Amino acid sequence: MPQVSLTVNGKRHSVEVEGRTLLVELLREKIGLTGTHVGCDTSQCGACVVQIDDKSVKSCTVLALQVDGASITTIEGLAAADGTLHPMQEMFREHHALQCGFCTPGMVMNAIDLVKTNPDGLTEEQIRHGLEGNLCRCTGYHNIVKAIAAAWPLMHGKKVPAAAE
Amino acid sequence: MGFEGIGASVRRREDLRFLNGKGRYTDDLNRPGQLHAIVKRSDRPHARLVGIDAAAALAMDGVVAVYTGADLAADGVGGLPCGWQLHNKDGSPMAEPAHPVLAIGKVRHVGDPVALVVAGTRQQARDAAEALVISYADLPPVVGVRDAIVAGAASLHDEAPGNVCYDWQIGDKAGVDAAFAGAHRVVSLDLTNNRLVPNAMEPRAAIGDFDPFTGDHTLYTTSQNPHVIRLLMGAFVLHIPEHRLRVVAPDVGGGFGSKIYHYAEEALVTWAAGKLGRPVKWTSDRAEAFISDAHGRDHDSTAEMALDAQGNFLALRVRTLCNMGAYLSTFAPAVPTYLYATLLAGVYRTPLIHAEVKAVFTNTVPVDAYRGAGRPEASYLLERLVDVIARETGMDRVALRRRNFIPSDAYPYQTPVALQYDSGNHVMTLDAALAAADFDGFAARRAAAKAAGRLRGMGISTYLEACGIAPSAVVGSLGARAGLFEVANVRVNPTGSVTVFTGTHSHGQGHETTFAQLVADQLGVAFDQVDIVHGDTARIPFGMGTYGSRSLAVGGSAMVKAMDKIILKGSKIAAHLLEADVADIEFSQGQFRVKGTDRAKALAEVSLAAYVPHNYPLDELEPGLEETAFYDPKNFTFPGGCHVCEVELDPETGVVRVVNFVAVDDVGRVVNPMIVEGQVQGGVAQGIGQALLEAACYDAGGQLVSGSFMDYTMPRADCLPNITVGTESTMCTHNPLGAKGCGEVGAIGSPPAVVNAVIDALSDYGVRHMDMPLTPEKIWGIIQAGRPALAAE
Ligand code: FES
Ligand code: FES
Repeated sequence: MPQVSLTVNGKRHSVEVEGRTLLVELLREKIGLTGTHVGCDTSQCGACVVQIDDKSVKSCTVLALQVDGASITTIEGLAAADGTLHPMQEMFREHHALQCGFCTPGMVMNAIDLVKTNPDGLTEEQIRHGLEGNLCRCTGYHNIVKAIAAAWPLMHGKKVPAAAE
Repeated sequence: MGFEGIGASVRRREDLRFLNGKGRYTDDLNRPGQLHAIVKRSDRPHARLVGIDAAAALAMDGVVAVYTGADLAADGVGGLPCGWQLHNKDGSPMAEPAHPVLAIGKVRHVGDPVALVVAGTRQQARDAAEALVISYADLPPVVGVRDAIVAGAASLHDEAPGNVCYDWQIGDKAGVDAAFAGAHRVVSLDLTNNRLVPNAMEPRAAIGDFDPFTGDHTLYTTSQNPHVIRLLMGAFVLHIPEHRLRVVAPDVGGGFGSKIYHYAEEALVTWAAGKLGRPVKWTSDRAEAFISDAHGRDHDSTAEMALDAQGNFLALRVRTLCNMGAYLSTFAPAVPTYLYATLLAGVYRTPLIHAEVKAVFTNTVPVDAYRGAGRPEASYLLERLVDVIARETGMDRVALRRRNFIPSDAYPYQTPVALQYDSGNHVMTLDAALAAADFDGFAARRAAAKAAGRLRGMGISTYLEACGIAPSAVVGSLGARAGLFEVANVRVNPTGSVTVFTGTHSHGQGHETTFAQLVADQLGVAFDQVDIVHGDTARIPFGMGTYGSRSLAVGGSAMVKAMDKIILKGSKIAAHLLEADVADIEFSQGQFRVKGTDRAKALAEVSLAAYVPHNYPLDELEPGLEETAFYDPKNFTFPGGCHVCEVELDPETGVVRVVNFVAVDDVGRVVNPMIVEGQVQGGVAQGIGQALLEAACYDAGGQLVSGSFMDYTMPRADCLPNITVGTESTMCTHNPLGAKGCGEVGAIGSPPAVVNAVIDALSDYGVRHMDMPLTPEKIWGIIQAGRPALAAE
C-alpha cells in the first residue's frame, strides 16, 4: 500500500493508505483525530472542513495521497497548548453558535479562513455567503453569523465593535 | 463569576469539548477487535424478494458474515415494535403489519434493509455488499397517499386491506354537521403538508458489543432515548433482559425526532456482535440516511370552517389523509392523531370540531415525528385557513384572530378535542410580535418595495402546541404502550458537589448547562459543582428520553422532586446536628437554618455528616444523601405565541427573500434565555425550510428523487434571515417549574407565517393558496400566469 507523509497540527505522520482513502478517513481512522466530521457523501455539508496549508478544504473531497507533504490543521489543533481558545472558538462559545456541535468543527475551520481572507472587513451578507458550503441543522445560522462577525476584529487585532456585544 | 442560576444566559459547558473536536459521537468510538457492517438495502420500492446469493460476497477479502432475514428468523429475532396502538372509528384496532429487521419475502420501500454484510473494514464490507446478488420480482409501487386508496392499488401488507392502517376520528360529528347546516358562511381549503427529511447533521451510527463471559450486550447508538431503545430492542426484538443490555447514547449530533425510534440497524449490530463474539459497527452515510431515517409530515387535508355573520368560528371540519410509509415506525400512529387532531382548536374558541384521519401505507420510507410532530401540521392548516377566511370575508386578519382568540381569563380551557389548556395569553404574544415586527410600518415598506419592482408581503401565525409529553395514564388510554414520566437521581457527594443522573438526553439542547443551572439554583451550590449525566442506561436509573419538548418540563420537574427529597432529608440531618426541631429548619441558598437564628449548616456539612455518620440520627435515617424521583406530568404543557414573517420576492425570478422574522413565544419558565433563543431560531430555520425549500419528492416509480443534499434543499446561511426571538410567558400551572418547553415552537409556528407572507405578497395575482415548498419555480409560474388585479389601476 502507498504511504503518505504529512504534518497534522504540527505533528509528523507517515501512514499507509489505500488509493481510495479520503483525507477525512485518514484523519479520523488512521490518525485518530475524530473532531473532523462526516455529514454527507456529496461534498455539500462542510462538517469535514480542515485547513491544508492554511486554506480551508473539505477533507471528504481530497484523497489522502494528494496531501503528501502537506501541513494540515484540524479543529484539534486550534487551541493553544495551555487550552486558550482561538478567537473563533471563543466567539462561537460566547455567541452560542453551536448546539449539537456536529457541524461546528467544519464551521469554525471555514470561518477562520473566511475572516483571514477578508482583512478589509466582512459584512453579514459576505459571512452568510461564505458559509454557503457549510450546513447546520440546529442553529438557524443566526448565532454563527454573529460569532464570525465578532471574531473578525479579534483576529485582525481590532477592538470588538459594540454591535457584536 | 456572575449569577448562574435560573434566568441567566450561562455559556454552555458542553461547548468546550465540541469546539476542540473532543466531542464523542458514536462514530468516533471504536471497540477493540471491532468489525464493520454495511446494510444492503433494496433499490426497489415494492418487490418480491426471490433470492439472495451471497457466495461471491462471502469469498471476498475480509468478509466475515452475510446475514439475511432468514438468519434472524432462525434465531427467533422479532420484528420492530410499534409503540402506539390506535383504534378505528368502529372500535377495531389499527392494522399493525409485521416490520421485519431484515426483509422477509418482500421489500416495501427503497432503502428497506435486505442483508447485513460484516467484514474487517468498512470498505471490505461495502465492496462485498456490492457483490451480493439479489433477485427481485417487481410489484407495482404505491407512492402518494391518494394512490394508496384508489381501487385496484397494489397492496403492501396482507394485514392492511386497502393499504389502510387506521381510519380514526375525534370530536362531535353530529354537532359539527348541524353547525355547518346553519352557518352564515363556510370557507374551505385543501392543502398538503410536505414530506420532509429531518437530516440531523450527524448520520445515525451503532456499535454492538458483547461480553461472552458475562453475557452482557452493549449498544452504542445515536439515540434521543437510550432507555426506550433498551426496552424495545431488549423486550421485543432480541429478547435480552434489561439487566444484560446496556444502551449508551453518547454525544449525539442532532435528532429532531429522527433519533427517537428503534431502528433495524441497532438490533442488527447488537445481534451480530453476539453471534460473532466481536464488536460490530455500522455508520450510515447520507445517501442511506435519506432512505432509512424516518421522514416527517406528509398530510393531504381538507379543512372547512363554519362562520357566523360576524366572523366567529362556529365549527371546524377536517379530513386528513396521512402517510405512514411502508411500515409503522415507533410512534408513527400517534403523530397525525393525538399530536395533530387534538390541536385543531389552536388558540381559538371554536366550539365544535370534528376531524377524521385516515392513515395509509405506501412504498416510501416510514414517516414518524419530526420536530413538532403533528402540531406543525395542525398550526399550518389552521393558520392558513384563518388567512383564507380573512381574505374571503374581507375581514382584517389580525382582527379576525383577536375576535376568535380564547380569552386569557378563560383558562383553564377545555377544547372540543380532548385537551385542556392550562394557561396562555394570545393577545400578549400577538401584540408583542406585531410591535417587534413593526406591523404598522409595513404598508410603507410594501409601497417602497413596489416602487423598486419587488413584491413585499407580511404573514402572521398565532399558534399553540401541546408538549411536555406526557401524562402516562392519559396517553395509555389513548393507545400508548409506554409511560411517559421522567426520572432524576440527585446525588449530593460527601464534600457537597452534586451529580445528577437524568433520563432525558441532550443532543444539542444544552442540558448539561441548563440542568446544572437549575440544580445550582435550587440547592444553592456553585454551578461548577454540579455535574449532569445522561445517555447511559448503566448509569441512569431509568428514563424516557428527549422529544416533544419534554426535557425541562418533565425531566426538570423530576429533578425538582428529587431535590425536594434531598432538602427534606437534609433538614432532618441538620436538625440533628443543630439540636433543633426539624419543623424549625428552613432551607435556602444552600443553608439549613434554624428559623430566625444565625445557626445553620451548609449543604456540604450536612452531606459530609450523611456519608461519615458519626454524629447522625442512624436510628431514624439511613446514611448517604441521594434521592431519586419519577415524575409523571399531570397534563401536557401548552406553549404558543405569534410569529411574524416579512418577505420580499422578485417577480422576475420568483425568488423569495425572508427579510424579517419575529417569533414571540410563551414557553413558560425560562432557565437559560440564550439557549431558549437558540432553540427557537433553529426551529424557525427548519420551519422556513419547510415553507420555502424542503421536500422529500418521490417519482411515480417510487424512487426518492431528492435523496441527497444536492437535490434536497437544506436551508443554508444565505437563504435565512436574522431571527428575532422574544418570550412573553405565562407559567405552566401544573409542574413545579412553570416550564412549558421551547424545542419545537419555532418549527410549529413559522411555516404558516412564511406562507401567509408569500401569499400576501402575491395578493395582486389572485392566488388563494399554494402548497409548500414555495419554490421560485412555483411562484414564477403564478406571476407569469396571473393577471394582476390591480394592473388596471
Ligand atoms: S462530509 Fe465533506 S462536505 Fe459533507
Ligand atoms: S450545531 Fe448541530 S448541526 Fe450545527
